[in-house]
Amino acid sequence: MKGPSRRLERRGSEPLKMPTVSVRRDLLFQALGRQYTDDEFDELCFEFGLELDEITSEKELISREQGDVKSEGASENVLYKIDVPANRYDLLCLEGLSRGLQIFKERAVAPRYRRVRPSGDPHRLIITEETAAVRPHVVAAVLRNITFTQERYDSFIELQEKLHQNVCRKRTLVAIGTHDLDTISGVFTYTAKPPNDILFKPLNQTKEYTAIELMNLYKNDSHLRHYLHIIEDKPLFPVIYDSNGIVLSMPPIINGDHSKITFNTKNVFIECTGTDLTKAKTVLDIIVTMFSEYCEEPFTVEEVEVVYPDGKTLVYPELAYRTETLTADFINKAVGIDETAENIAQMLTRMCLQSKVVGDHIQVEIPPTRSDVIHACDIMEDAAIAYGFNNIPHTTPHTYTVANQFPLNKLTELLRHDLAASGFTEVLTFALCSEEDVADKLRKNITDTEAVHIANPKTAEFQVARTTLLPGLLKTVGANRKMPLPLKLFEISDVVLKDESKGMVMYTLCLYYYVGARNKRHLCAVFYNKSPGFEVIHGLLDRIMQLLEVKPGQGKGYHIQAADDATYFPGRCAEIFVRERSIGRLGVLHPNVISHFELTMPCSALEIDIEPFL
Amino acid sequence: MADTGLLESLLRHVEKVEDGVDSLAVATSLGVDHQTVVGAVKSLQTLGDVILAEQRSSKHWELTGEGTEIAEQGSHEARVFCAIPEGGLLQAELMKLPSGKVGFSKAMSNKWIRLDKGHQGGPRVFRTVENIEDLVQQKLVLVQQGKSAKLEEKEKNELKKRKLLTEVTVKSYWITKGSSFSTTITKQETELTADMISSGSWQDKKFKPYNFDALGMALECGHLHPLMKVRTQFRQIFLEMGFTEMPTNNFIESSFWNFDSLFQPQQHPARDQHDTFFLSDPALAHEFPQHYLERVKKVHSEGGYGSQGYKYDWKLEEAQKNVLRTHTTAVSARMLYRLAQQEEFTPVKYFSIDRVFRNETLDATHLAEFHQIEGVVADYGLTLGDLMGVLHQFFTKLGITKLRFKPAYNPYTEPSMEVFSYHEGLKKWVEVGNSGIFRPEMLLPMGLPEGVTVIAWGLSLERPTMIKYGINNIRELVGHKVNLQMVYDSPLCRLDS
Repeated sequence: MKGPSRRLERRGSEPLKMPTVSVRRDLLFQALGRQYTDDEFDELCFEFGLELDEITSEKELISREQGDVKSEGASENVLYKIDVPANRYDLLCLEGLSRGLQIFKERAVAPRYRRVRPSGDPHRLIITEETAAVRPHVVAAVLRNITFTQERYDSFIELQEKLHQNVCRKRTLVAIGTHDLDTISGVFTYTAKPPNDILFKPLNQTKEYTAIELMNLYKNDSHLRHYLHIIEDKPLFPVIYDSNGIVLSMPPIINGDHSKITFNTKNVFIECTGTDLTKAKTVLDIIVTMFSEYCEEPFTVEEVEVVYPDGKTLVYPELAYRTETLTADFINKAVGIDETAENIAQMLTRMCLQSKVVGDHIQVEIPPTRSDVIHACDIMEDAAIAYGFNNIPHTTPHTYTVANQFPLNKLTELLRHDLAASGFTEVLTFALCSEEDVADKLRKNITDTEAVHIANPKTAEFQVARTTLLPGLLKTVGANRKMPLPLKLFEISDVVLKDESKGMVMYTLCLYYYVGARNKRHLCAVFYNKSPGFEVIHGLLDRIMQLLEVKPGQGKGYHIQAADDATYFPGRCAEIFVRERSIGRLGVLHPNVISHFELTMPCSALEIDIEPFL
Repeated sequence: MADTGLLESLLRHVEKVEDGVDSLAVATSLGVDHQTVVGAVKSLQTLGDVILAEQRSSKHWELTGEGTEIAEQGSHEARVFCAIPEGGLLQAELMKLPSGKVGFSKAMSNKWIRLDKGHQGGPRVFRTVENIEDLVQQKLVLVQQGKSAKLEEKEKNELKKRKLLTEVTVKSYWITKGSSFSTTITKQETELTADMISSGSWQDKKFKPYNFDALGMALECGHLHPLMKVRTQFRQIFLEMGFTEMPTNNFIESSFWNFDSLFQPQQHPARDQHDTFFLSDPALAHEFPQHYLERVKKVHSEGGYGSQGYKYDWKLEEAQKNVLRTHTTAVSARMLYRLAQQEEFTPVKYFSIDRVFRNETLDATHLAEFHQIEGVVADYGLTLGDLMGVLHQFFTKLGITKLRFKPAYNPYTEPSMEVFSYHEGLKKWVEVGNSGIFRPEMLLPMGLPEGVTVIAWGLSLERPTMIKYGINNIRELVGHKVNLQMVYDSPLCRLDS
């Protein structure tokens, strides 16, 4: 139906990295209790704020990535790849997705998630103070008497992976470990030890390794190598033991093999360690709310006591419900609709926000699955989604304003048109370039350029922000050597210069909290032909000055005077002065500059700062 | 131009005949090559209606090279016959003759000669008749004399099969007098000159007609870049709608304005090295509005203004990190902060179109820098319906009227909407922009009054331009690798047509 083509358009305001969830279509429809055509399901997704990104199968996926041969025998079950908003962790698995959609369509009511205390003492997890320096937080819970099937088990593993990649920020903030509780015995200890003192058999390995050996072992592991940096230079590595000294996990890298879960596991011990306690609690809540559905007593979760180094004990999972109170008027005025409080309460309930009308107010209960709801505006959005974005009447705000152009852009627009009228063609070149472009190729030293340097360029093309427009123009000439001569090109755009001075100019008013660099609007033009054509570039300068109402002459006018500049041919360069202030240079380019840009003909150039003309 | 003498003889020829004459006949009678006459006809045609010439084609038979030889020297079989003396000729000798092979078999089938295989000294050939009549030669001579009509079709085809005759098509002109026929040639002028105008001589002159089918001369001119032409139109649209342009001439921005002030948490993936260009020099910004910074820190780490906040340890060092701005919304934040510092709030409408930078994987539609278009309206009591209404007005000016909205997520807007328009060509809904209402956690710490709503939307400049000009690879539109011919050839930009 549609491939990833839609994604291409997602550009312009925000790099939305939406997580994509793959679900088997038939299992999804089974959970939804009905069939949909692809188009119907696409519509439902659109309305709910999801995006059916791709329809495929395991076979197709394997064949695409590894070739047809490998895909032989793979499942041909239809897979839906669904894009989920980055803050909706409750929709990252089949269980949550179908639950959300069923409630939205009022074919189910939101379950009540409960934390229960076991008949005996709850399991305890003791944190030692050594963890503080490396990974200070841990929370835990138990899913009791759970029934996995292969599909449920796969979904359970997949959800952990999705959480790791998203809210857990690739395990830096939070790492999840799940264990077969029947293979281990409490009390559990979360501690940190020198890597040489940690020895265990990691998941899916046949022998024991020390933590040092493990870090070496995983250096080439396509998956795990991405997480090693989180702890590798720490003196102590975090580790969780049971009462018999069995290693449950060495977060955030790997679990122990001893306690690994299978789809026959009945009781699951879940621990989330991390550097961000809020996120660790959120992640634990999501896992247990999603999968407690399969417990003997659905939607109940057995608590675990976490004992802190200072002796304080807290009980997890939190599974906290929070109540917000708001009015129908608030929703109506923000969205631009006119609904009764009862209707709004019903709409919010459809969004998993159980709501009721109490007097003049609507009481909204935010469940532990909805950590994204942090303000009344989030509730307002859910009301608008339930109402249907496309049912909201369009209105025109009465905001009266008078438009103003930014003076620098106004001047730029005017100049561009007259430069084109002077026979020069406008080009558009990149603001980022290599150090070589702005220095070596122009026979300048990079330290003299005042260039702003980029710390993390992926290639040399993005080492610095340009300090001059000239290299971009010369590169454009280089790419167009087949075009008939002469080439007459110009560009009016910004360069960026490091500038620690705090004296701000009026027209950059907005910059009163200064960052140490600033843009400068330049005008650059080149004339490329069999002869240098200095008179042409000089004529262009005269024309520009005429347009800007500056007359030739010293003092209040403009004049040029011989200058030394390594970029230009000796004796063929002049500095341009306007009202006795230097605004730029013009001249015939140095033959070596011509060669550096792989050009063959003489070339004259002009580059000036246009900001003095405001 | 053919020489005037020839032209005039041709004209005199035409003058004599009533119904016209064929150019072939003229060539024969003038004794010149036919092509010369054709040249003269064409020259006369350029002089206006002196003559009318209608092209026709006629077929006639001609001898081939071999045919010509036979017409002169006789057929191969006749030549074989003549070569055999009274006492016969050794077959081997006969075969050495130029006409030997072909002539021998033909003469045998004509029963002109016989072969004595058993003859002493080898097979020997003898005449069987006294005289022969060489019909093939006679027929070819008729054709050569232009009397091919005397032969039957069957005979001609047989000779054609023997590659002695060939049928050729001759193109010629049937020439008749034109409406301004004259036997004298008046030279036509190519162009009107100043002298003709001052002397008035143009009145007596004939002018060579123009060829209106040819293209005019390519002009030497300057051109504006197509993407910048589209930018001009977008500016125009915003100005028509009463939006004031924001000063976006600051590519370098601190993380504080680019992210923190927008309530974008410090662990947000957009702040990753893989998405954002950070600076090594100048690496950090030092100047911040201190009170506002404290409020931003608080709303992130503890909440407030009705918000739970993100509940994490907010660090100044993260906010200080300089970046190449990832969106112009950083400027919107500065502008809204400035607005909040006014004595009294006044409603504003702002826009900008400028470069933004992303350190991400490049492909046919993504570069590390692109232009973002952004619109912002701040006023008391704006609604989601107002945002939709403004978007509708904005997109109508782009010629896009069929819109729908999809709920989306963005850290600093709530609600957030992706804007889709129906693409008639692709027959599907495509995303054309993002929009939303700025979160209170962004606006209230700035000091904007409660009750003020700020709606905003954004899109890229490149994408609509690529659609407009049918460009599939962004490198063909932006950067130094563009083909200047594309720039030279690009049409006016009228977004609504």
